Amino acid sequence: MITVNHYLLLSAILFAIGTFGVLTRKNAIVIFMCIEVMLNSVNLTFIALSRHVGNMDGQIFVFFVMTVAAAEAAVGLALMIAFFRNKESIDTDDFNMLKW
Amino acid sequence: MLDIYLPILVVMGIAFAFAIGSVILSRLIGVKKPSAVKLAPYECGMPLIGTAQERFSVKFYIIAMLFILFDIEAVFLYPWAVMFKRLGIFGFVEMGVFIIILLVGFIYVWKKGALEWE
Amino acid sequence: MENLVQEAIQNVNLQAIMPSLVLCVFGMAILMVSVFSKRGSTTHIAWLSIAALVVTGFVTLIGWNNPQAGFAGSVLLDNFATFFSMICIIAAGLTILMSDDYLRREGYPVSEYYPLILFTTAGAMWMASGTDLMTIFLGLEVLSVSLYVLAGFFRNQTRSNEAGLKYFFLGAFSTGFLLYGVALLYGVTGTTKVDGIAAYLMANPEAAMNTMFIAGGSLLLVGFLFKVAAAPFHMWTPDVYQGAPTPITAFMSAGPKAAAFAALMRVTIIGLDGLQSELTSLFWILAVLTMTIGNFIALTQKDLKRMLAYSSISHAGYVMVGLVAWNEIGLSAILFYMLVYTFMNMGAFAVLVLIGKKGEDNLTLDGVAGLGYKKPILGIVLSIFLFSLMGLPPTAGFTAKFYIFAGAIEAGYIWLAVLGVLNSAVSLYYYLRVMVQMYFKDPEEDFAWVSINGPVTISIVVSAVGVLYLGIFPHTLMSLAKLAGF
Repeated sequence: MITVNHYLLLSAILFAIGTFGVLTRKNAIVIFMCIEVMLNSVNLTFIALSRHVGNMDGQIFVFFVMTVAAAEAAVGLALMIAFFRNKESIDTDDFNMLKW
Repeated sequence: MLDIYLPILVVMGIAFAFAIGSVILSRLIGVKKPSAVKLAPYECGMPLIGTAQERFSVKFYIIAMLFILFDIEAVFLYPWAVMFKRLGIFGFVEMGVFIIILLVGFIYVWKKGALEWE
Repeated sequence: MENLVQEAIQNVNLQAIMPSLVLCVFGMAILMVSVFSKRGSTTHIAWLSIAALVVTGFVTLIGWNNPQAGFAGSVLLDNFATFFSMICIIAAGLTILMSDDYLRREGYPVSEYYPLILFTTAGAMWMASGTDLMTIFLGLEVLSVSLYVLAGFFRNQTRSNEAGLKYFFLGAFSTGFLLYGVALLYGVTGTTKVDGIAAYLMANPEAAMNTMFIAGGSLLLVGFLFKVAAAPFHMWTPDVYQGAPTPITAFMSAGPKAAAFAALMRVTIIGLDGLQSELTSLFWILAVLTMTIGNFIALTQKDLKRMLAYSSISHAGYVMVGLVAWNEIGLSAILFYMLVYTFMNMGAFAVLVLIGKKGEDNLTLDGVAGLGYKKPILGIVLSIFLFSLMGLPPTAGFTAKFYIFAGAIEAGYIWLAVLGVLNSAVSLYYYLRVMVQMYFKDPEEDFAWVSINGPVTISIVVSAVGVLYLGIFPHTLMSLAKLAGF
């Protein structure tokens, strides 16, 4: 029997994987993919909890999260292309212009 | 109880033995005359035009970005279509406004020339 | 089912989102105009955007003392939302006024800049009027996504690219935390409405001890604290503020920050009211941490934009003191402070926009040497803004800080007020250092390129008048802010 707890556990693990990836990876695209994993783990949480709580608010929220993630993806990729054109790299070690 | 699965196990054994046996046999007794065509990943398909690690043109990125944006909006059309009759004229107008907003974005992209390949 | 649909349709009430609706329609129309007009000239787009903001301002003011709820309680356009919307509109207007000449000087006159500012403002207005975590989230994202683009707007400048990318990564990362928090709160309370969460807490006080509720609430707060740049979530601020185009830096420090504070206030004071004692002790620590870190790191900065970024962090700390007070005077002081901060900070940035050269490598402490002699009027105006940022009378910065600390003292947080005043004393050092450079150093430059004939002057004058007027006659605005509080 799979209960809501299993879904919550799975999404917590996914969220942790995403967070870990953002903190440890160097490649901007990989970091971005990790952020997407985090957002999708949130979606899973919402769906499971929507079923558990018994109303549709959670599912509606997921629609908006998906749309927003798409918009962020477009903007993020565009920024990465712009950076790549200037620096020939999207390694986060090359984000080194701004520091004290 | 489990013995009804015995024939399947036998078939699996034969299949593995045949597969491994033919690979080993062809290694041992086959004639080796390698040529460029033979070593290609798809021996009887499209001729190769470059390596797999080639960089893609940045134009693909722009098309992909636009695709993501306009594609994901379909997510709002599905629930609306399911409830279309109940939502009535109000829902129709609302979705019309939504499509017009998308249209504004589309006109922008079009006029900026992002849809032209060259 | 039929009834539910009918009820939902009747609950829409477009009045409640009219200001942001007007602004979005204008934004899209201006985008269309910009596509069909020829490249290179953006002045008419800038003035159209100003017109759009003026119209939106009037539409917003209709909502004063005329609260409108809409979308089944997801949006509430009350005095609070109106006040914060006006702050954002003023910030956007000042930004646009200082942008036209700036974009031309930097060789990047691209008209998408202005619709993006309008969309950012619309997002900020949704954040201020949202009473459902869903609407607040959507407003936050409309605001953030437009700001990512604006921060990285000069796509040929590595510095701007880097600022945009850093803002994007950290912003999206914090969005993930915010959303996870919303999801967990939803799981416990069964609703995403702010007052629904409050009602649940009222009915089930033991929920405050529920692990899932605590985790959800903390993650939600992390998301908001990131947006207001409170320590320890402030690390993105200096990099992004330094690399972004200067008018955008000014805008980010005023409009979006005010909107984030609005959402934070609504969520904590309405939604998590049952946790007041826990939250105030948390905010107490964060407020002290934020203002101290901001002020002490600002002491070491040479770059003026970066220094103002750290100063903006410390000001977020002062504003949080009002949140700790959690009483009428403290909360209305936050509204007062955000408006005053908009004027004084944007005024200071407008002066920087004016005296910068192409590429802005001269916006350092040495770069302003002798400004007070070469351009006396600009020197005096910048001094007024700096005095206000320090919190010295007769400027508005003094009255704003006075109200904030008065609220804290009334609520019994005397030590917090003392720490706040000590922090202001520390901040004197780095603001005065700029003035020492302006008046007591020999000029290295003649500032001949500075021309005060552009629209930038309007935004400087408006800010200066605002700072002085609110410093001398604060009562009118303060009584309005009291009406706008909860």
